[in-house]
Amino acid sequence: MSAAKPKVAFYWCSSCGGCEESIVDLAEDILKVVAAVDIVFWPVALDFKKKDVEAMEDGSIAVSFINGAVRLSEQEEMVKMLRKKSGLIVAHGACSHLGGIPGLGNFWNKETIFNRSYLTTPSTDNPDRTVPLEKVEVEGKELTLPRFYDTVYALDQVIDVDYYLPGCAPPRDLIMNAIQAILDGKLPPKGAVLSPNKSLCDDCGRNESKPEKLVIKEIKRPWEVEMDPEKCFLAQGIICMGPATRTGCGERCIEANMPCRGCFGPTDQVFDQGAKFLSALASILDTDDEKEIEKIVDTIIDPAGTFYRFSLPSSILRRRRMEAIK
Amino acid sequence: MTNGAFEPRLVGFLCNWCSYTGADLAGTARMVYAPNIRIIRVMCSGRVDPQFVLKAFSEGADGVLISGCHPGDCHYQEGNYKALRRHRLLTRMLEQFGIEKERFRLEWVSAAEGVKFQQVCNEFTEQIRKLGPLNWNGGKHERSQA
Repeated sequence: MSAAKPKVAFYWCSSCGGCEESIVDLAEDILKVVAAVDIVFWPVALDFKKKDVEAMEDGSIAVSFINGAVRLSEQEEMVKMLRKKSGLIVAHGACSHLGGIPGLGNFWNKETIFNRSYLTTPSTDNPDRTVPLEKVEVEGKELTLPRFYDTVYALDQVIDVDYYLPGCAPPRDLIMNAIQAILDGKLPPKGAVLSPNKSLCDDCGRNESKPEKLVIKEIKRPWEVEMDPEKCFLAQGIICMGPATRTGCGERCIEANMPCRGCFGPTDQVFDQGAKFLSALASILDTDDEKEIEKIVDTIIDPAGTFYRFSLPSSILRRRRMEAIK
Repeated sequence: MTNGAFEPRLVGFLCNWCSYTGADLAGTARMVYAPNIRIIRVMCSGRVDPQFVLKAFSEGADGVLISGCHPGDCHYQEGNYKALRRHRLLTRMLEQFGIEKERFRLEWVSAAEGVKFQQVCNEFTEQIRKLGPLNWNGGKHERSQA
Protein backbone atom coordinates (compact mmCIF):
# COMPACT_ATOMS: atom_id res chain seq x y z
CA MET A 1 0.00 0.00 0.00
CA SER A 2 1.45 3.33 -0.95
CA ALA A 3 1.36 6.17 1.55
CA ALA A 4 0.08 8.61 -1.08
CA LYS A 5 -3.28 6.90 -1.55
CA PRO A 6 -6.16 8.66 0.21
CA LYS A 7 -7.65 6.76 3.14
CA VAL A 8 -11.34 5.87 3.01
CA ALA A 9 -13.69 4.49 5.68
CA PHE A 10 -17.16 2.97 5.42
CA TYR A 11 -19.44 2.73 8.42
CA TRP A 12 -23.02 1.64 9.03
CA CYS A 13 -25.47 2.82 11.65
CA SER A 14 -29.20 2.10 11.72
CA SER A 15 -29.67 0.59 8.28
CA CYS A 16 -30.60 -2.62 6.48
CA GLY A 17 -27.26 -3.35 4.85
CA GLY A 18 -28.46 -2.34 1.39
CA CYS A 19 -26.06 0.60 1.29
CA GLU A 20 -23.14 -1.74 2.01
CA GLU A 21 -24.49 -3.85 -0.82
CA SER A 22 -24.47 -0.76 -3.06
CA ILE A 23 -20.68 -0.58 -2.59
CA VAL A 24 -20.26 -4.28 -3.37
CA ASP A 25 -22.58 -3.79 -6.38
CA LEU A 26 -20.01 -1.48 -7.92
CA ALA A 27 -18.78 -4.86 -9.23
CA GLU A 28 -15.60 -4.42 -11.34
CA ASP A 29 -15.63 -0.72 -10.53
CA ILE A 30 -14.81 -1.58 -6.92
CA LEU A 31 -11.38 -2.65 -8.20
CA LYS A 32 -10.81 0.88 -9.53
CA VAL A 33 -11.79 2.22 -6.12
CA VAL A 34 -9.51 -0.18 -4.30
CA ALA A 35 -6.65 0.72 -6.66
CA ALA A 36 -7.09 4.41 -5.99
CA VAL A 37 -7.66 4.44 -2.22
CA ASP A 38 -6.75 2.65 0.98
CA ILE A 39 -9.79 1.31 2.81
CA VAL A 40 -8.88 1.71 6.46
CA PHE A 41 -12.19 0.84 8.16
CA TRP A 42 -15.18 -1.15 6.91
CA PRO A 43 -16.75 -3.27 9.66
CA VAL A 44 -19.07 -5.18 7.33
CA ALA A 45 -16.25 -6.43 5.10
CA LEU A 46 -12.84 -5.98 6.70
CA ASP A 47 -11.41 -6.81 10.11
CA PHE A 48 -10.57 -3.44 11.59
CA LYS A 49 -11.57 -2.52 15.14
CA LYS A 50 -12.71 0.63 16.87
CA LYS A 51 -9.30 0.94 18.53
CA ASP A 52 -7.65 1.03 15.08
CA VAL A 53 -9.69 4.11 14.22
CA GLU A 54 -9.03 5.63 17.64
CA ALA A 55 -5.30 5.30 16.99
CA MET A 56 -5.50 7.28 13.75
CA GLU A 57 -4.56 10.91 13.67
CA ASP A 58 -7.36 13.47 13.51
CA GLY A 59 -8.22 14.33 9.91
CA SER A 60 -6.14 11.46 8.53
CA ILE A 61 -9.03 9.69 6.78
CA ALA A 62 -9.74 11.51 3.51
CA VAL A 63 -13.40 10.58 3.43
CA SER A 64 -15.83 8.48 5.47
CA PHE A 65 -18.98 7.14 3.86
CA ILE A 66 -21.55 6.66 6.61
CA ASN A 67 -24.85 4.94 5.95
CA GLY A 68 -27.79 4.46 8.29
CA ALA A 69 -29.63 6.72 10.70
CA VAL A 70 -28.49 7.39 14.27
CA ARG A 71 -30.66 5.58 16.81
CA LEU A 72 -28.18 4.26 19.43
CA SER A 73 -25.62 5.96 21.67
CA GLU A 74 -22.97 3.71 20.13
CA GLN A 75 -23.76 5.04 16.66
CA GLU A 76 -23.52 8.57 17.96
CA GLU A 77 -20.13 7.85 19.51
CA MET A 78 -18.78 6.19 16.34
CA VAL A 79 -19.91 8.91 13.92
CA LYS A 80 -18.49 11.60 16.19
CA MET A 81 -15.18 9.76 16.22
CA LEU A 82 -15.22 9.38 12.42
CA ARG A 83 -16.03 13.07 12.07
CA LYS A 84 -12.87 13.93 14.02
CA LYS A 85 -10.72 11.51 12.06
CA SER A 86 -12.05 12.46 8.60
CA GLY A 87 -11.58 15.33 6.19
CA LEU A 88 -14.92 14.70 4.52
CA ILE A 89 -18.07 12.96 5.67
CA VAL A 90 -20.49 11.66 3.06
CA ALA A 91 -23.95 10.64 4.22
CA HIS A 92 -24.44 7.52 2.13
CA GLY A 93 -28.05 6.62 1.38
CA ALA A 94 -31.50 7.73 2.46
CA CYS A 95 -31.19 6.73 6.14
CA SER A 96 -28.18 8.89 6.90
CA HIS A 97 -29.33 11.60 4.48
CA LEU A 98 -32.93 11.91 5.73
CA GLY A 99 -33.53 9.34 8.47
CA GLY A 100 -34.93 6.77 6.06
CA ILE A 101 -37.19 3.84 6.82
CA PRO A 102 -35.85 3.40 10.40
CA GLY A 103 -36.88 7.03 10.88
CA LEU A 104 -40.53 5.96 10.77
CA GLY A 105 -39.81 4.78 14.33
CA ASN A 106 -40.26 8.44 15.24
CA PHE A 107 -44.02 7.86 15.27
CA TRP A 108 -43.27 5.79 18.41
CA ASN A 109 -40.76 5.84 21.26
CA LYS A 110 -38.39 3.41 22.92
CA GLU A 111 -41.01 2.00 25.26
CA THR A 112 -43.64 1.28 22.61
CA ILE A 113 -41.05 -0.14 20.19
CA PHE A 114 -39.59 -2.47 22.84
CA ASN A 115 -43.07 -3.47 23.91
CA ARG A 116 -43.99 -4.42 20.35
CA SER A 117 -40.69 -6.04 19.39
CA TYR A 118 -40.03 -8.05 22.55
CA LEU A 119 -43.47 -8.64 24.04
CA THR A 120 -46.53 -8.38 21.81
CA THR A 121 -45.76 -9.56 18.27
CA PRO A 122 -47.68 -12.79 17.50
CA SER A 123 -44.41 -14.68 17.02
CA THR A 124 -42.86 -13.57 20.33
CA ASP A 125 -42.17 -16.25 22.93
CA ASN A 126 -40.83 -14.37 25.94
CA PRO A 127 -42.45 -15.70 29.16
CA ASP A 128 -39.95 -13.84 31.40
CA ARG A 129 -40.74 -10.60 29.57
CA THR A 130 -37.07 -9.87 29.04
CA VAL A 131 -36.23 -6.64 27.24
CA PRO A 132 -32.72 -5.34 26.50
CA LEU A 133 -31.20 -3.40 29.39
CA GLU A 134 -28.37 -0.91 29.21
CA LYS A 135 -26.66 -2.63 32.15
CA VAL A 136 -26.90 -6.13 33.55
CA GLU A 137 -24.79 -8.02 36.07
CA VAL A 138 -23.73 -11.55 35.10
CA GLU A 139 -21.52 -13.58 37.49
CA GLY A 140 -20.23 -10.47 39.18
CA LYS A 141 -19.42 -8.74 35.91
CA GLU A 142 -21.29 -5.80 34.46
CA LEU A 143 -22.37 -6.09 30.84
CA THR A 144 -23.57 -3.05 28.94
CA LEU A 145 -25.52 -2.30 25.79
CA PRO A 146 -25.73 1.01 23.94
CA ARG A 147 -28.59 3.31 24.85
CA PHE A 148 -31.61 3.12 22.53
CA TYR A 149 -32.96 6.61 21.89
CA ASP A 150 -36.64 7.51 21.70
CA THR A 151 -35.87 9.38 18.49
CA VAL A 152 -34.07 8.45 15.26
CA TYR A 153 -31.76 11.12 13.83
CA ALA A 154 -30.46 11.86 10.36
CA LEU A 155 -26.65 12.01 10.28
CA ASP A 156 -26.45 15.80 9.96
CA GLN A 157 -28.48 16.17 13.16
CA VAL A 158 -25.59 14.54 15.01
CA ILE A 159 -22.43 15.59 13.15
CA ASP A 160 -21.44 18.05 10.43
CA VAL A 161 -21.92 16.41 7.00
CA ASP A 162 -20.08 17.52 3.86
CA TYR A 163 -22.03 15.69 1.12
CA TYR A 164 -25.10 13.57 0.67
CA LEU A 165 -25.48 10.55 -1.59
CA PRO A 166 -29.25 10.05 -1.80
CA GLY A 167 -31.23 6.91 -2.45
CA CYS A 168 -32.35 3.60 -1.00
CA ALA A 169 -29.76 2.50 -1.92
CA PRO A 170 -27.76 5.05 -3.93
CA PRO A 171 -27.33 3.95 -7.56
CA ARG A 172 -23.88 2.96 -8.69
CA ASP A 173 -23.35 5.83 -11.16
CA LEU A 174 -23.90 8.40 -8.42
CA ILE A 175 -21.51 6.57 -6.08
CA MET A 176 -18.82 6.35 -8.76
CA ASN A 177 -19.30 10.02 -9.70
CA ALA A 178 -18.92 10.98 -6.05
CA ILE A 179 -15.77 8.92 -5.57
CA GLN A 180 -14.31 10.29 -8.81
CA ALA A 181 -15.12 13.88 -7.82
CA ILE A 182 -13.39 13.34 -4.47
CA LEU A 183 -10.32 11.78 -6.11
CA ASP A 184 -10.12 14.62 -8.65
CA GLY A 185 -10.77 17.27 -6.02
CA LYS A 186 -13.64 18.57 -8.16
CA LEU A 187 -16.29 18.83 -5.49
CA PRO A 188 -19.42 20.95 -5.49
CA PRO A 189 -20.05 23.40 -2.61
CA LYS A 190 -20.23 21.83 0.84
CA GLY A 191 -23.64 20.49 1.80
CA ALA A 192 -24.56 19.46 -1.75
CA VAL A 193 -26.71 16.45 -2.48
CA LEU A 194 -24.77 14.61 -5.18
CA SER A 195 -27.64 14.21 -7.65
CA PRO A 196 -29.33 16.64 -10.07
CA ASN A 197 -31.43 19.36 -8.43
CA LYS A 198 -34.67 18.68 -10.32
CA SER A 199 -37.80 16.75 -9.51
CA LEU A 200 -38.23 13.17 -10.65
CA CYS A 201 -41.15 14.17 -12.91
CA ASP A 202 -38.68 16.20 -14.99
CA ASP A 203 -36.89 13.00 -16.02
CA CYS A 204 -39.81 10.61 -15.84
CA GLY A 205 -40.59 8.79 -19.07
CA ARG A 206 -44.28 9.02 -18.26
CA ASN A 207 -44.31 12.81 -18.03
CA GLU A 208 -45.73 13.12 -21.54
CA SER A 209 -48.70 10.96 -20.61
CA LYS A 210 -49.74 13.49 -17.99
CA PRO A 211 -52.96 15.28 -18.94
CA GLU A 212 -52.85 19.07 -19.24
CA LYS A 213 -54.87 19.44 -16.07
CA LEU A 214 -53.91 16.67 -13.68
CA VAL A 215 -56.76 15.87 -11.29
CA ILE A 216 -57.63 12.96 -9.00
CA LYS A 217 -61.16 11.92 -8.14
CA GLU A 218 -60.30 8.81 -6.21
CA ILE A 219 -57.07 7.64 -4.55
CA LYS A 220 -56.14 4.05 -5.26
CA ARG A 221 -53.49 1.86 -3.71
CA PRO A 222 -51.15 -0.05 -6.03
CA TRP A 223 -52.69 -3.43 -5.22
CA GLU A 224 -56.23 -2.25 -5.92
CA VAL A 225 -55.73 -1.65 -9.63
CA GLU A 226 -53.94 -3.05 -12.60
CA MET A 227 -51.45 -0.29 -13.23
CA ASP A 228 -51.00 1.09 -16.71
CA PRO A 229 -47.26 0.66 -17.45
CA GLU A 230 -47.05 3.89 -19.43
CA LYS A 231 -49.41 6.40 -17.87
CA CYS A 232 -48.47 8.92 -15.15
CA PHE A 233 -49.26 7.26 -11.78
CA LEU A 234 -50.96 10.35 -10.37
CA ALA A 235 -53.22 10.46 -13.43
CA GLN A 236 -54.21 6.89 -12.48
CA GLY A 237 -55.06 8.01 -8.94
CA ILE A 238 -52.01 6.29 -7.46
CA ILE A 239 -49.86 8.21 -5.01
CA CYS A 240 -46.46 8.85 -6.59
CA MET A 241 -43.96 11.05 -4.75
CA GLY A 242 -42.29 12.14 -8.00
CA PRO A 243 -43.33 15.81 -7.88
CA ALA A 244 -41.69 16.26 -4.45
CA THR A 245 -38.66 14.01 -4.98
CA ARG A 246 -35.21 14.68 -6.39
CA THR A 247 -34.25 12.91 -9.59
CA GLY A 248 -31.04 10.99 -10.35
CA CYS A 249 -32.24 7.53 -9.36
CA GLY A 250 -32.56 6.32 -12.93
CA GLU A 251 -36.34 5.83 -12.38
CA ARG A 252 -35.78 2.26 -11.26
CA CYS A 253 -39.16 1.97 -9.56
CA ILE A 254 -41.09 3.67 -12.36
CA GLU A 255 -39.59 1.26 -14.88
CA ALA A 256 -40.67 -1.64 -12.70
CA ASN A 257 -44.19 -0.14 -12.82
CA MET A 258 -44.15 1.05 -9.22
CA PRO A 259 -44.76 4.65 -8.16
CA CYS A 260 -42.00 6.74 -6.57
CA ARG A 261 -41.78 6.40 -2.79
CA GLY A 262 -39.51 9.41 -2.35
CA CYS A 263 -36.18 7.89 -1.26
CA PHE A 264 -34.09 10.63 -2.89
CA GLY A 265 -35.60 13.28 -0.65
CA PRO A 266 -36.56 16.78 -1.73
CA THR A 267 -34.75 19.20 -4.04
CA ASP A 268 -32.66 22.03 -2.57
CA GLN A 269 -35.58 24.47 -2.70
CA VAL A 270 -37.69 22.40 -0.31
CA PHE A 271 -37.30 22.03 3.48
CA ASP A 272 -39.92 19.40 4.04
CA GLN A 273 -40.65 16.75 1.43
CA GLY A 274 -43.82 15.42 3.05
CA ALA A 275 -45.44 18.84 3.45
CA LYS A 276 -44.60 19.74 -0.12
CA PHE A 277 -46.08 16.52 -1.45
CA LEU A 278 -49.18 16.97 0.69
CA SER A 279 -49.55 20.41 -0.83
CA ALA A 280 -49.26 19.08 -4.39
CA LEU A 281 -51.60 16.15 -3.81
CA ALA A 282 -54.29 18.20 -2.07
CA SER A 283 -54.29 20.77 -4.84
CA ILE A 284 -55.08 18.18 -7.54
CA LEU A 285 -58.01 16.56 -5.74
CA ASP A 286 -60.89 17.09 -8.13
CA THR A 287 -63.60 18.55 -5.90
CA ASP A 288 -64.46 21.80 -4.13
CA ASP A 289 -67.10 20.24 -1.91
CA GLU A 290 -66.13 20.02 1.74
CA LYS A 291 -67.74 16.64 2.40
CA GLU A 292 -66.32 15.12 -0.78
CA ILE A 293 -62.85 16.43 0.06
CA GLU A 294 -63.06 14.80 3.47
CA LYS A 295 -64.22 11.56 1.89
CA ILE A 296 -61.24 11.44 -0.47
CA VAL A 297 -58.80 12.49 2.25
CA ASP A 298 -60.05 9.64 4.44
CA THR A 299 -59.08 7.13 1.78
CA ILE A 300 -55.40 8.02 2.23
CA ILE A 301 -54.67 5.38 4.84
CA ASP A 302 -51.47 6.74 6.39
CA PRO A 303 -50.68 10.22 5.07
CA ALA A 304 -47.73 10.92 7.38
CA GLY A 305 -46.14 7.50 6.83
CA THR A 306 -46.65 7.77 3.07
CA PHE A 307 -45.43 11.33 2.56
CA TYR A 308 -42.51 10.96 5.01
CA ARG A 309 -41.66 7.36 4.18
CA PHE A 310 -37.94 8.23 4.00
CA SER A 311 -37.69 11.68 5.54
CA LEU A 312 -39.46 11.85 8.89
CA PRO A 313 -36.41 12.63 11.11
CA SER A 314 -35.25 15.40 8.76
CA SER A 315 -38.73 16.91 8.42
CA ILE A 316 -39.76 20.11 10.16
CA LEU A 317 -41.63 18.30 12.95
CA ARG A 318 -39.17 15.35 13.11
CA ARG A 319 -41.33 13.02 15.23
CA ARG A 320 -44.66 12.36 16.88
CA ARG A 321 -45.19 14.31 20.07
CA MET A 322 -43.95 12.17 22.98
CA GLU A 323 -46.96 13.05 25.16
CA ALA A 324 -49.27 11.72 22.45
CA ILE A 325 -47.78 8.20 22.42
CA LYS A 326 -49.71 5.56 24.33
CA MET B 1 -47.05 36.01 29.84
CA THR B 2 -48.41 37.13 33.15
CA ASN B 3 -47.35 35.39 36.34
CA GLY B 4 -46.39 32.28 34.39
CA ALA B 5 -50.03 31.63 33.41
CA PHE B 6 -50.39 30.06 29.98
CA GLU B 7 -51.13 32.53 27.22
CA PRO B 8 -51.73 30.79 23.87
CA ARG B 9 -49.44 31.85 21.05
CA LEU B 10 -51.39 31.80 17.80
CA VAL B 11 -50.20 32.40 14.26
CA GLY B 12 -52.72 33.58 11.68
CA PHE B 13 -52.17 33.51 7.92
CA LEU B 14 -54.69 35.97 6.48
CA CYS B 15 -55.38 36.56 2.81
CA ASN B 16 -54.81 40.05 1.53
CA TRP B 17 -58.17 40.51 -0.18
CA CYS B 18 -60.74 39.39 2.40
CA SER B 19 -59.52 38.27 5.81
CA TYR B 20 -56.71 40.75 6.33
CA THR B 21 -59.08 43.53 5.35
CA GLY B 22 -61.65 42.01 7.74
CA ALA B 23 -59.05 42.07 10.54
CA ASP B 24 -58.24 45.63 9.60
CA LEU B 25 -61.91 46.49 9.88
CA ALA B 26 -62.00 44.97 13.38
CA GLY B 27 -59.01 47.16 14.24
CA THR B 28 -60.25 50.43 12.79
CA ALA B 29 -63.67 49.85 14.34
CA ARG B 30 -61.84 49.42 17.68
CA MET B 31 -63.36 46.05 18.40
CA VAL B 32 -61.72 44.41 21.39
CA TYR B 33 -60.45 40.87 20.87
CA ALA B 34 -57.88 38.52 22.36
CA PRO B 35 -54.38 39.79 21.54
CA ASN B 36 -52.91 36.29 21.19
CA ILE B 37 -52.82 36.06 17.43
CA ARG B 38 -49.77 37.09 15.38
CA ILE B 39 -51.00 37.95 11.91
CA ILE B 40 -49.06 37.23 8.75
CA ARG B 41 -50.53 38.69 5.58
CA VAL B 42 -50.35 36.48 2.49
CA MET B 43 -51.75 37.22 -0.96
CA CYS B 44 -54.13 34.25 -0.85
CA SER B 45 -55.04 31.45 1.54
CA GLY B 46 -53.96 29.20 -1.34
CA ARG B 47 -50.45 30.60 -0.91
CA VAL B 48 -50.11 29.05 2.53
CA ASP B 49 -47.61 26.26 2.04
CA PRO B 50 -48.11 23.43 4.57
CA GLN B 51 -44.43 23.99 5.43
CA PHE B 52 -45.42 27.38 6.91
CA VAL B 53 -47.87 25.68 9.24
CA LEU B 54 -45.37 23.04 10.36
CA LYS B 55 -42.73 25.69 10.92
CA ALA B 56 -45.10 27.72 13.06
CA PHE B 57 -45.87 24.69 15.25
CA SER B 58 -42.22 23.66 15.45
CA GLU B 59 -41.16 27.13 16.55
CA GLY B 60 -43.60 27.66 19.36
CA ALA B 61 -47.11 28.24 18.02
CA ASP B 62 -49.86 26.60 20.08
CA GLY B 63 -52.38 27.09 17.29
CA VAL B 64 -52.42 28.09 13.62
CA LEU B 65 -55.24 29.84 11.78
CA ILE B 66 -55.61 30.12 8.03
CA SER B 67 -58.26 32.58 6.95
CA GLY B 68 -59.41 33.38 3.43
CA CYS B 69 -62.29 34.57 1.28
CA HIS B 70 -65.61 32.71 1.38
CA PRO B 71 -65.99 29.91 -1.18
CA GLY B 72 -66.70 31.47 -4.57
CA ASP B 73 -65.17 34.81 -3.57
CA CYS B 74 -61.46 34.10 -4.06
CA HIS B 75 -59.63 36.91 -5.83
CA TYR B 76 -57.73 34.22 -7.73
CA GLN B 77 -60.82 32.10 -8.41
CA GLU B 78 -59.87 28.91 -6.57
CA GLY B 79 -57.03 29.55 -4.10
CA ASN B 80 -59.33 29.15 -1.11
CA TYR B 81 -60.49 25.75 -2.39
CA LYS B 82 -56.87 24.66 -2.51
CA ALA B 83 -56.48 25.92 1.06
CA LEU B 84 -59.57 23.93 2.07
CA ARG B 85 -58.24 20.70 0.56
CA ARG B 86 -54.80 21.18 2.09
CA HIS B 87 -56.32 22.01 5.45
CA ARG B 88 -58.35 18.81 5.57
CA LEU B 89 -55.42 16.62 4.57
CA LEU B 90 -52.92 18.41 6.79
CA THR B 91 -55.26 18.21 9.77
CA ARG B 92 -55.35 14.44 9.38
CA MET B 93 -51.59 14.29 9.09
CA LEU B 94 -51.01 16.56 12.09
CA GLU B 95 -53.06 14.18 14.22
CA GLN B 96 -50.54 11.46 13.37
CA PHE B 97 -47.87 13.74 14.84
CA GLY B 98 -49.93 14.16 18.01
CA ILE B 99 -51.11 17.68 17.15
CA GLU B 100 -54.83 17.91 17.92
CA LYS B 101 -57.13 19.02 15.10
CA GLU B 102 -58.41 21.89 17.27
CA ARG B 103 -54.99 23.54 16.98
CA PHE B 104 -55.27 24.04 13.22
CA ARG B 105 -58.20 26.07 12.05
CA LEU B 106 -59.51 27.29 8.71
CA GLU B 107 -62.05 30.13 8.63
CA TRP B 108 -63.70 32.19 5.90
CA VAL B 109 -63.73 35.88 6.82
CA SER B 110 -64.77 38.50 4.29
CA ALA B 111 -63.60 42.11 4.18
CA ALA B 112 -66.88 43.15 5.81
CA GLU B 113 -66.73 40.63 8.65
CA GLY B 114 -64.76 42.44 11.34
CA VAL B 115 -67.12 40.99 13.90
CA LYS B 116 -66.55 37.48 12.68
CA PHE B 117 -62.79 37.98 12.89
CA GLN B 118 -63.18 39.20 16.45
CA GLN B 119 -65.24 36.10 17.33
CA VAL B 120 -62.82 33.70 15.64
CA CYS B 121 -59.84 35.15 17.54
CA ASN B 122 -61.64 35.03 20.87
CA GLU B 123 -62.96 31.50 20.38
CA PHE B 124 -59.69 30.13 19.07
CA THR B 125 -57.73 31.67 21.95
CA GLU B 126 -60.07 30.18 24.55
CA GLN B 127 -60.07 26.81 22.83
CA ILE B 128 -56.26 26.64 22.85
CA ARG B 129 -56.13 27.94 26.42
CA LYS B 130 -58.17 24.89 27.44
CA LEU B 131 -56.01 22.55 25.37
CA GLY B 132 -52.78 23.87 26.90
CA PRO B 133 -49.35 24.60 25.42
CA LEU B 134 -47.94 22.50 22.56
CA ASN B 135 -44.26 22.87 23.58
CA TRP B 136 -42.96 21.31 20.41
CA ASN B 137 -39.36 20.08 20.65
CA GLY B 138 -39.19 17.29 18.05
CA GLY B 139 -36.90 15.11 20.19
CA LYS B 140 -34.10 17.62 19.80
CA HIS B 141 -32.79 17.50 23.34
CA GLU B 142 -32.57 13.79 23.89
CA ARG B 143 -29.04 12.77 22.97
CA SER B 144 -26.73 12.51 25.94
CA GLN B 145 -23.38 13.81 24.74
CA ALA B 146 -23.00 17.40 23.63
